[in-house]
Amino acid sequence: MSDETTQRVRATLKKRYLKEKLFRGFGITAIAASLGFLVILLGSIIYKGMPAFQATYLKVDITLNEDTLGVGGTVSDAEMQGANFSGAIKSAMRDRFPDVKKRKAKKNLYALVSSGAEYALAEYMINNREQFGQTVSLWLLADDEADALIKRNKDLSKPIRRGEFKNDSSALVTRLNKDQLGWLQSFKDAGDTDVRISSTFFTNGNSREPEQAGIRAALVGSAYTLLITFALSFPIAVAAAIYLEEFAPQNRWTDLVEVNINNLAAVPSIVFGLLGLAVFINYLQLPRSAPVVGGVVLSLMTLPTIIISSRAALKAVPPSIREAARGLGASPVQVVTHHVLPLAMPGILTGTIIGLAQALGETAPLLMIGMVAFIVDIPGSVTDPSTVLPVQVFLWADAPERAFTERTSAAIMVLLAFLIVMNLAAVLLRKKFERRW
Amino acid sequence: MSDAAKEAFDALTETVGRVTVDDPKMQAENVDVFYAEKQAIYDVTLDVAKNEVVAMIGPSGCGKSTFLRCLNRMNDTIPSCKVSGNITLEGESLYSSAMDPVMLRARVGMVFQKPNPFAKSIYDNVAYGPKIHGLANNRAELDDIVESSLHRAGLFDEVKDRLNAPGTSLSGGQQQRLCIARTIAVSPEVILMDEPCSALDPIATARIEELIDELRENYAIAIVTHSMQQAARVSQRTAYFHLGKLVEVGETKTIFTNPSHELTENYITGRFG
Amino acid sequence: MESLSVTHLTIVILLLTFLYFLFGRHRAYSVAKTNGGLKGMHSLPSHYGTLVALWCAIPALLIMVLWKLFEPAVVDSLLASSIPDAIHAQGEKSVSLYRNEINNAVDSGKIDSLLDPVKQATATRLDGLQKNATLGLFVLVLCTAIVLGVLALKRITPKLTARHRVEAVIKGFLLLCASIAILTTLGIVLSVLFESIRFFGQVNIFDFVTGVKWSPQTAIRTDQVGSTGSFGAVPLFTGTLLISLIAMIVAVPFGLMSAIYLAEYASPRMRAIVKPLLEMLAGIPTVVYGVFAALTVAPIIKDIGQSVGLSVASESALAAGLVMGIMIIPFVSSLSDDVITAVPQSMRDGSFGLGATHSETIRKVVIPAALPGIVGGVLLAASRAIGETMIVVMAAGLAANLTANPLEAVTTVTVQIVTLLTGDQEFDSAKTLAAFALGLMLFVATLILNVIALIVVRRYREQYE
Repeated sequence: MSDETTQRVRATLKKRYLKEKLFRGFGITAIAASLGFLVILLGSIIYKGMPAFQATYLKVDITLNEDTLGVGGTVSDAEMQGANFSGAIKSAMRDRFPDVKKRKAKKNLYALVSSGAEYALAEYMINNREQFGQTVSLWLLADDEADALIKRNKDLSKPIRRGEFKNDSSALVTRLNKDQLGWLQSFKDAGDTDVRISSTFFTNGNSREPEQAGIRAALVGSAYTLLITFALSFPIAVAAAIYLEEFAPQNRWTDLVEVNINNLAAVPSIVFGLLGLAVFINYLQLPRSAPVVGGVVLSLMTLPTIIISSRAALKAVPPSIREAARGLGASPVQVVTHHVLPLAMPGILTGTIIGLAQALGETAPLLMIGMVAFIVDIPGSVTDPSTVLPVQVFLWADAPERAFTERTSAAIMVLLAFLIVMNLAAVLLRKKFERRW
Repeated sequence: MSDAAKEAFDALTETVGRVTVDDPKMQAENVDVFYAEKQAIYDVTLDVAKNEVVAMIGPSGCGKSTFLRCLNRMNDTIPSCKVSGNITLEGESLYSSAMDPVMLRARVGMVFQKPNPFAKSIYDNVAYGPKIHGLANNRAELDDIVESSLHRAGLFDEVKDRLNAPGTSLSGGQQQRLCIARTIAVSPEVILMDEPCSALDPIATARIEELIDELRENYAIAIVTHSMQQAARVSQRTAYFHLGKLVEVGETKTIFTNPSHELTENYITGRFG
Repeated sequence: MESLSVTHLTIVILLLTFLYFLFGRHRAYSVAKTNGGLKGMHSLPSHYGTLVALWCAIPALLIMVLWKLFEPAVVDSLLASSIPDAIHAQGEKSVSLYRNEINNAVDSGKIDSLLDPVKQATATRLDGLQKNATLGLFVLVLCTAIVLGVLALKRITPKLTARHRVEAVIKGFLLLCASIAILTTLGIVLSVLFESIRFFGQVNIFDFVTGVKWSPQTAIRTDQVGSTGSFGAVPLFTGTLLISLIAMIVAVPFGLMSAIYLAEYASPRMRAIVKPLLEMLAGIPTVVYGVFAALTVAPIIKDIGQSVGLSVASESALAAGLVMGIMIIPFVSSLSDDVITAVPQSMRDGSFGLGATHSETIRKVVIPAALPGIVGGVLLAASRAIGETMIVVMAAGLAANLTANPLEAVTTVTVQIVTLLTGDQEFDSAKTLAAFALGLMLFVATLILNVIALIVVRRYREQYE
């Protein structure tokens, strides 16, 4: 190399190394940004969702007697259930704020307590009959708007964000009016507010009242749906994988099946919903909103995923094992059922879990087959109208009440927790049974 | 290895023959190479002379390729690899901070075992080096470089009508000559060849060997080969490596007709390898 | 009631099957005794048992399924005669309304609740038909199961190749399972195509594909204004493309650069940590991204827009596209990572050996070599973006605006499919059928992208294998 060319190369070096640095920088930035998105996404959900696991209670002195409840202390449980507990709560609230006289103001006052409080009170009364005729201090579930303010520990004396305060970011965003904030403040001053960890979210079905809404019905619906999905997709997928990997002749039909499976894995999920609607709901007249239909649709959707990973697991079993078994006189079917399948099972299960995790998070196809119903009751079988967890998230995210936002995020947290557990299980399973041939 | 040979190997502390030359292009002194904990090269000292082909032979795993890759710091790309000792190019140390690896590799080119043309056209394969190093001021100059490089690699007449065809469309031997053309397009001072013919048929091999002989006029060449015949045909000096040690260096003729060390003799007479 | 009887019948058949398995095995043992022991038999006794059991179960179950498939049609045609001519004269709609009423009454067992005696008569006839059908099914299926089982038992001889036959059935079952993928595709194509053809019977296909006005709200009564609705799907296509384009603009650079860094620069340790984290991004359900887009990103974009004096729709295409892009990043990065690591090391060595820097090697040698694979991956990602539903349902609008401005609200094909099909709808209206026509477009578009991508990626893999 002449000195001239050496000089030329040397002249380029600085610029080239700068480019090198920049390029690496882009790479790092891309990764950092992607992980940053993940953190922001999860962070915002956890921040918004955590309060849903807590509920605000207000302490009220309630008189439980024949005057307030309208029934005697010795009536049957069923009659007691129907007693006027809502009236008792209202009169207790009136007693606490005797200055409230106007009808509209009274109505606002009552609104601080959740409409679900009367059922809790009824249950309390039935279990504590001896307190009939007494005035007892009880903690009642607060309404969602009051709940949001107390939980987040907001300053209730700030102006409410409406009209002229629109751009005042320190103002409160609430549907409560000034009077209601005043009453709430007096509860707070008297130490009669309490924020407790609440299990309502896990024990209730859906509700129009955010503070009473829970995910139980959706969880059970998801469980039924997933059960059907597993029961259908696992055996079919394993059988299909065995056929393609062990028995399929090299012909056009096999090629067609393979291309089909690869393509189905990339078909948008909503198209499976259309299939479900047209075939199962309209043609076969199966019930709408039922986990059984949802399960069938989701299993068609997850089949390609499980087939592909099962094939990989079968392929990983070395041919020497098949040859050894065949050498001992085993028939091809026996080779598979006695030797290959047991060895491939951990891999197949891993793929199945991942496929099911995908199904658990799926929403769009279930919207098509009507699993968007408002479900209060816990479904009792796979043919009962149900919803599933991700659809519940969708429904709550769409709800106008602001308090549903925290329910939405909390439901997402539960959904993600399940997904993480499933994926971890898959990873552990793979690690535990990982074999190097 | 027979017991006697093993003893001879263990006893070997210094290379037999003259490791230096009068007018060296590159000098390697006391080079040790480690892959993580495992030592691959033991205390090798060897010169590469100008206008000469030096062949490195030895059984597989003897470290000849590893040593070759030290000469243009290709081992840098392997994180666990550590090189110690001193290697110089025209007196400048290769592993000093003043030596830029990019600069170095422009001056010390390399041809690999398997032909590895880029997924580009024949023209772009050859033009790649001059382009990244900024060796051409304009398209015409670049064309000249490409054409003369292909000429010198003896490939031009075969490909002149299809310079835009992908490099991978050529036959194995043509691909390897393309890789050589690609290397000389940067006009390096030294060319390292790592078993350049091992993936080629005899006719293509003969063609490459001719080429190596022609290239000797302008470049210092170090070639690793597993074929003793090839070493005998193309090189002026031969170095015999064994299990990471440089056993013997000498005139190619002498090594193949009258080796001094027992191990060298065993190898060239085919007792192991 | 109806489904219950099928369940019962299935249980009975399964019990019979098990019994026949025991009989078959037992008979194989006794046949063996008279024929020089088990060695003289072609197969093991359990193979004979299984063969007998299969003879009992498979034809019976097959008959049951076929019967159930055709029963509604047969009952329908038989019942048609007892539906009053007056109703027939009013057209198909009235007939199906009438049928619904009768069906409900029969299903709930309250035939008496029907006030009209004509309806009552029809209902009684339907009830009778259904009961007869169920009885017939029971008798036929059970007879088949028992008779075929007995015949199979009689045929057990030492020469009967029971194992071969059982294994042939198993293989047949495996083939059937593998073919479900084809059936699914066929089901998708047929159901979507069938409804689309009905739709194009009402709306000109040319108007659908080239029309620029989309307002599918058909009036309930035909005499109202705007009863026809307009089904020009172009704004939906452009909306879908706009949002997908934004998504790809986010996903491709971030995904590709992440993949390059992970494949080329990152230490094995960093790779082991970062890759699963990126995959986590891919495992998050799309509805979660939808919530994030609608409740977090969209308001932020709106605020930012307002602070610089831009009017931003609260359901802007930008918000949906950005979040969709984030969702697709891991998809692009893992596909690109695969193809980049598949580029042979010798090619990198060749470039390093010429004195190229690492980034020059990547940009000028590795990426060009990996390009077909990367393009395939990007196509798959684009197909994903086009078919993505939940993010756009929650964060994109319903108004079909024909615009390229990402700050405005647009709607997409998937949003419209969901909107058209989630209300309480009569199934045959142009509105619901339009959803299937859109589904057809979606399926075809993604199919083309997928097939091209799969072919490109496969070619690429073969090149370096």
